[in-house]
Amino acid sequence: MRKYYVLLIVLFNHNISQGQDIDDLMNEIAGKDLYETTATFKSTHVVTGHSVELMKKGQLDFRIAHRFGQLNSGYYNLWGLDEAHIHFGFDLGVMDWLMVGIGRGTYEKTYDGLLKFKLTKQREGENSFPISISILNTMSANTLHLYKPGKEYLTDRLSYAHQVLVARKFNDRFSFQLAPSYVHKNIVPTELDPNDTFSVGLGGRFKLSKRVSVNMEYYYVVPPVNDFRSLETYNPLSIGFDIETGGHVFQVFLSNSVAMIEKGFITETTGNWLDGGVHIGFNVSRVFSLY
Amino acid sequence: MKQMKQVLIVLVVSLFCIEMQAQRLLSKEGKVRFFSSAPLEDIEATNDAVAAIIDLSSGKVQVSMFIKNFEFKKALMQEHFNENYMESEKFPKSTFTGTIDNFSSYDFTKEGTYEVTITGKLTIHGVETENTLPVSIQVNKKVLTAKSVFIVKTADYKIEIPALVRDNIAKEVEVTVEVPFTMK
Repeated sequence: MRKYYVLLIVLFNHNISQGQDIDDLMNEIAGKDLYETTATFKSTHVVTGHSVELMKKGQLDFRIAHRFGQLNSGYYNLWGLDEAHIHFGFDLGVMDWLMVGIGRGTYEKTYDGLLKFKLTKQREGENSFPISISILNTMSANTLHLYKPGKEYLTDRLSYAHQVLVARKFNDRFSFQLAPSYVHKNIVPTELDPNDTFSVGLGGRFKLSKRVSVNMEYYYVVPPVNDFRSLETYNPLSIGFDIETGGHVFQVFLSNSVAMIEKGFITETTGNWLDGGVHIGFNVSRVFSLY
Repeated sequence: MKQMKQVLIVLVVSLFCIEMQAQRLLSKEGKVRFFSSAPLEDIEATNDAVAAIIDLSSGKVQVSMFIKNFEFKKALMQEHFNENYMESEKFPKSTFTGTIDNFSSYDFTKEGTYEVTITGKLTIHGVETENTLPVSIQVNKKVLTAKSVFIVKTADYKIEIPALVRDNIAKEVEVTVEVPFTMK
């Protein structure tokens, strides 16, 4: 008999089980972007190279990068501080998934442009996905006066770099990035120099506090088939700190490259860490909200 | 006879439960806005997906929201809000659970505006505090709207503001809550 009472209670009170509680409401509110991982890196760059991050829609990043002379140039050159190379760039988030940038650097008097696309973002929850992926396409034009016999074409001055940026934020503090990269130069100084260079970039950041992180970046450059190049190059390695202060991110670091665009630092890094061929670097990034 | 009695009890309990059910109002359209003014910057954000339940038989109130749903005009500010101040990965929700004071002296079935206070627990950034909030409850035919404005001190909830950005961020934040409940 008791069974029937239970049945009766259940029948009459099925409303109670249907009654939603606050957690049910919250589950209905939770949208898919709620579980997207944010701030895998603090800025659009790890150190010199790009990170998986894009500027959000309507945000403009004005970035001035400085690279001083080589540390091993000694007291006479104030360990490199007497000499500075800069690169400044404007990167605009056109849409949340598209960033467009232009820039100019001292190194080879280069103008450059970039397109960066967000393909997918790391997500937790139901449709979880372990990594974020972005694609970077850049083009640069060297505008040095070249003393070259014969007719000169604009295309001779162009170089391209393409990267697939794959990153994962492992936890609050640690993020890691892998960046297979391809650099193509239309014209190279000598026949022995390769037009195409493949490399893999490794980038990491470790947060020391909420506003300070240590960043490291290394590109393994696949050696060309012949090694009789006109330039002795090394793999670029940069280590430094990101310091965030509201709208600014300051980066202070050491790097063995002078160039601050992909084509330059991946294929034309001539400094050797082992004999002090490193440069003090200093970047400032300021973000403006346009729309 | 004993059986009759039992059936009767079950029926009465059931009816009572259905009655209780009808007096719970739910909303997912609550809005929470906060505003702070500091020497360098005004900071403002809105969350318009706030869940709330008000129980008109007991005077119990529950409010809950996701911190990540707060929208700022500046995307960077929003990122910093989540990353540096609210730590929304660690503390995804902010909640309030309380009871209307002197609940029995109000009759919310009649149209009108009632100024009440609700005492309960406010949880922000994982820190729970006991608060009494002033709330104005407006009842008309179809909608019961609860509104409240109160001040939150960031220090009470262990939200750190580093010296470097002290001039950009106020220590006191004005919070405005507005929840419309549709009556059944």
